Amino acid sequence: MSLILFAEQALNGLQFGLMLFLLAAGLTLVFGIMDMINLAHGSLYMVGAFMAASLVKTTGSFWLGALLAVPATALLGVLLEVSVLRTLYARDHLSQVLATFALILIINELTRIAWGSDATLAMPASLAGPVELLPGLYYPAYRLLIIGVGAAVALLLFLLVTRTRVGMWVRAGASNREMALAMGVNIKVLFTLVFGVGTALCAVAGALLGPMLAVQVGMGENILILSFVVIVIGGIGSIRGALVGALVVGVADTFGRALLPLLFGLVLPPQFASAAGLALASVMIYLIMALVLFYRPQGLFPARG
Amino acid sequence: MRSALVALLVLALLPLALSAMDQGFYVGFASRVLIYAIAATSLNLVLGYGGMVSFGHAAFVGTGAYVSSIALAEGLTSAWVGWPLAVMASALLAWGIGAVSLRTRGVYFIMITLAFAQMMFYLVNSMKAYGGDEGLTLPHRAELGLGLELGNDLVFYYVVLLVLALTLGGLHRLANSRFGRVVAAIRENEPRAEAIGYPVHRFRLACFVIAGAFGGLAGVLLASHGKYVNPGALHWLQSGTLMVMVVLGGVGRLWGGVVGAAALLGLEHLVADYPVGWLVQIAPNYQQHANLGVGVVLLVIVLFAPRGIVGLVTRTRNART
Repeated sequence: MSLILFAEQALNGLQFGLMLFLLAAGLTLVFGIMDMINLAHGSLYMVGAFMAASLVKTTGSFWLGALLAVPATALLGVLLEVSVLRTLYARDHLSQVLATFALILIINELTRIAWGSDATLAMPASLAGPVELLPGLYYPAYRLLIIGVGAAVALLLFLLVTRTRVGMWVRAGASNREMALAMGVNIKVLFTLVFGVGTALCAVAGALLGPMLAVQVGMGENILILSFVVIVIGGIGSIRGALVGALVVGVADTFGRALLPLLFGLVLPPQFASAAGLALASVMIYLIMALVLFYRPQGLFPARG
Repeated sequence: MRSALVALLVLALLPLALSAMDQGFYVGFASRVLIYAIAATSLNLVLGYGGMVSFGHAAFVGTGAYVSSIALAEGLTSAWVGWPLAVMASALLAWGIGAVSLRTRGVYFIMITLAFAQMMFYLVNSMKAYGGDEGLTLPHRAELGLGLELGNDLVFYYVVLLVLALTLGGLHRLANSRFGRVVAAIRENEPRAEAIGYPVHRFRLACFVIAGAFGGLAGVLLASHGKYVNPGALHWLQSGTLMVMVVLGGVGRLWGGVVGAAALLGLEHLVADYPVGWLVQIAPNYQQHANLGVGVVLLVIVLFAPRGIVGLVTRTRNART
């Protein structure tokens, strides 16, 4: 394993982790404050990607399209919250799971009707090439952009939650909902706001990842499960936990896929090594989750006081 | 009790009626519905009776399907060997997943069962020796002996029906046994059940494992039915579908899983294969978007009829008397 390859994988892991954080951050706040499980979060990520694809096509500019897609998707998210999700807060978890599962089916089909089963979203030509970071280390410029935007958004969100009054309400809501309500926090408005912000973060991730992955119906479903793993590892309701969990999952998954087949190659014949390595790599993050839960059933940074 | 026997009798006579009407295709379809009914009933044990919102039931169904198929592919053709093996594998997996996930509650539990099921999904996806993401096609169904040819769809239907009857009977007895009462007590008030002195974790785990084993049995039948299994059987949308069936039929109702499976699969089949004239006029491609209808119906049921079809029927019947 050369140092170059190692650095490359580390950057890939960081990039993947930051995108997971964007998805997990909104999700963890929704879970934490309203104790509500929302499976449709991945669908909003998908809608964000489709929205970006169609706006980029309309405006002819990647930057303008991606930038417009964020508020547009957030608006849809707020509409969804006010129309359907709001009625679910008082219901049991089973109802929430099923209603949001139904929303996945509905949103998938509506997306298919509105935009078709897939869309093309190309990265800006100026960022399509690689950049030489260190002598011999070439890295795709677009991935660097993702890391930059992801880190900036993460920092902004962190400051918002830890340094502002709205952030204080959010933390109070996650720590003890009834007490926050009793102290005069308008949970209803707060939650619509949080949901809107969460959806906006989904759209950012969707627009940024769209050019690298395929923009297609169902793209949000697998990444949703990964966000769940992130939240469970980090602790529900905690932004810090979401960040740590996302980076752990992103880096572990990336390194697992790159390193484990090589490691197994040292002790096993090659035809078994790659199969065993890939099998273990695909389940590794779940094993990490199981391990964390075994020792800390509330996750690494429990938000509930 | 009498209505249950009547229902089983109707199901037993169904293939004869279908053959008489020259609708042999529907024997296979009916088998599929009954297999899903078994899977949904097993999920109902954890979900309805145990009150644990397990979102990873497809892992047990899929494991049963895969283990029995792999046994067959490796030359263990007897159903008496391959099937128990598959059921035990599912039970073992349920024990492992349950031991970790049942330490948590609420949304944690939902997400963890979901994540573990997804782990199994990726695991079978990576098993290149057994088809990987393309799945595993079986040359024939397992051999049952006793002069019964499982390859015959009619025989297969009756085997499935027998398994369903045993599952329902087992669930009924379990729910009314001491074990079932304790599980219900834990569902209703966990701290109180614990204070009385019941080993809460052990009871919940036992419930989870039994459900996993029956789920595995359904998986065995599912793979055997289509002579094919692919990782899709373990996908989380499959877990979601099973959950939809339970809720559609009735959570914690003996016949909830059966009614839900029949309702959902029947609805899907109707929409896909019987175009409605006036709908085609308005929206020519509406059959490709059948899931939109399923989603809307599900959303309406969850929001307005949370007790499912069986709940609706029994409520109107009680209101009448």
